[in-house]
Amino acid sequence: MSEIKSINAISPVVEVKNLWKVFPKRQRSKGKKTLNIDVHDEVTISQMEKDGKVVVAVRDVSFEIYPGEIFIVMGLSGSGKSTLIRCLMRLIEVTAGTIKINDLDITSLSKKELVKHRRYQAAMVFQHYGLLPHKTVLDNVAFGLKLRGEPKEERYRKANAAIERVGLKGWENYYPAALSGGMQQRVGIARALVMDAPVLLMDEPFSGLDPLISRQLQDELLRLQEEMKKSIMFVTHDLSEALRLGDRMAIMRRGSIVQIGTPDEIVSNPADDYVAAFVADERRTLEKTKLSLGNKLASTPASS
Amino acid sequence: MFPEHFTFHVAEQVNNFVDWLLNSYAPVFDAISTGILTMLLRINEILLMVPWWLYMIIVFVVLFTTTKKLIASLTLAILPLLIGAFELWALAMESLAVVLTAVIISLLIGIPMGILMAEINSFAVVIRPILDGMQTMPSFVYLIPAMMLFGLGKVPAVLATLIYSLPPVIRLTNMGLRHVPKNIEEAALAYGATKWQLLKEVRIPLAMPSILTGVNQTTMMALAMVVVASMIGARGLGQEVLLSINRIDIGRGFEAGLSVVVMAIVIDRVTQSIAKKWEPPQVRIIGKLLFKSFFL
Repeated sequence: MSEIKSINAISPVVEVKNLWKVFPKRQRSKGKKTLNIDVHDEVTISQMEKDGKVVVAVRDVSFEIYPGEIFIVMGLSGSGKSTLIRCLMRLIEVTAGTIKINDLDITSLSKKELVKHRRYQAAMVFQHYGLLPHKTVLDNVAFGLKLRGEPKEERYRKANAAIERVGLKGWENYYPAALSGGMQQRVGIARALVMDAPVLLMDEPFSGLDPLISRQLQDELLRLQEEMKKSIMFVTHDLSEALRLGDRMAIMRRGSIVQIGTPDEIVSNPADDYVAAFVADERRTLEKTKLSLGNKLASTPASS
Repeated sequence: MFPEHFTFHVAEQVNNFVDWLLNSYAPVFDAISTGILTMLLRINEILLMVPWWLYMIIVFVVLFTTTKKLIASLTLAILPLLIGAFELWALAMESLAVVLTAVIISLLIGIPMGILMAEINSFAVVIRPILDGMQTMPSFVYLIPAMMLFGLGKVPAVLATLIYSLPPVIRLTNMGLRHVPKNIEEAALAYGATKWQLLKEVRIPLAMPSILTGVNQTTMMALAMVVVASMIGARGLGQEVLLSINRIDIGRGFEAGLSVVVMAIVIDRVTQSIAKKWEPPQVRIIGKLLFKSFFL
């Protein structure tokens, strides 16, 4: 079946299969960071979870991201979405499963290959910006290129272009501390764009900003996406943001993905009570607009 | 008092051990000794070569460019005049030479040690109690090992000063590196920083204020120790203090003591102001920025 699928559809850029991340809870033995658990042994895992020995942050998660789409991962805090996105960069080592980005298995990369993957294949935007306070906006944006070892002229040229793209022209020589939150996140986005990586990972990039700015940046992201057509994984806990941005979305709960689908599918056809509760408000407004639209339609001919 | 058959001494063994050490590793100690001595003498020479008024200019320029406080900078630049007026200038330079030598060696050892401590946890576990021990020990105690190995004179004085002033820079380097915000480190890693790049581009620059506070502390400790080290033959201001204690010459002691205080204050302010310059920039021109950010 999968063969037929791969012939028919475009092959995914990111392919996550049966991904698990299990954290040991009480880290008494400091040296032992990796945990040897057979994740397929469900009885042992659930028993260990009950005993409070482990926390399962990501539980048997599979999904694909296709070229040019914005894939939303949504869930409440603690549902494992931030862990999941960090696994894609291997900022957190996975316990089991595979992650393929452009057909390269991330989980089996050596240290050197991993550095290369991070430099060329994917770029990340963080909730808390993660800007370097001792470098100017220009140097912050050029930072990834510097790590790659690109010559100075080249990286400043690219960085200047990226800064202009996110609307921060004129701010190149300021330090991040002088910028507002929204502007700092623009720097964060420029820093990711300048890498020109096929995959963009965004970990709640607009959650810390006030609603108006966050809305502005959402629009801007959509505008930028029009031009660049990247494959974006976007983590958020805000449903309205997810619905605005997402081509497809996955809803996470306690480490597992409960439902994957387009925003419409999820709102109109929630898989279970949890998702239904999540989208309840949205459904209500939808029904209201339908209702008022219906009223309008009904009243229009009468008034004219 | 104490039961007699309980007592025993290790003094003889210690003496034997030191003798053995000196006999079998004589070339090593000689090499260290000449190395430190040449460095010390060279520094002393340079310090004496510089005319007195140039020090004041240097102090003023450094302080004024970093702090922008005219009166404070002027006062601190003029203070050293007092040392010259007491006819203690040459002695002060001698002390300063010992301090500088000890501090330079301290930093050469201390900063890499601090980095290692921050990088390797097991190393930190071993070093930390040693540093605790070094800092709780009275400064006089350091005279003993230095004297044991190098006898009397300037070299053991530098060595004792070095040991005493080493802990703060190690500690503060380690602390600064460990307190670099995790989210910034994570971001740098996500962009493909190797361990070395992370250290060079992110961790050390961000730890710089802490490291420089360590340099400041180390310098101050060295200055305190250099007075004590006069007991094993470091000349300079300490010797002057020691002499006046022995002769109960209060006035002379006061002059020497005051000179030490002046040196301490000036060095402290200068190193601190340099440290401040390294702090990550905060919001400056606020009004203009608010105006601009309003439209973004």
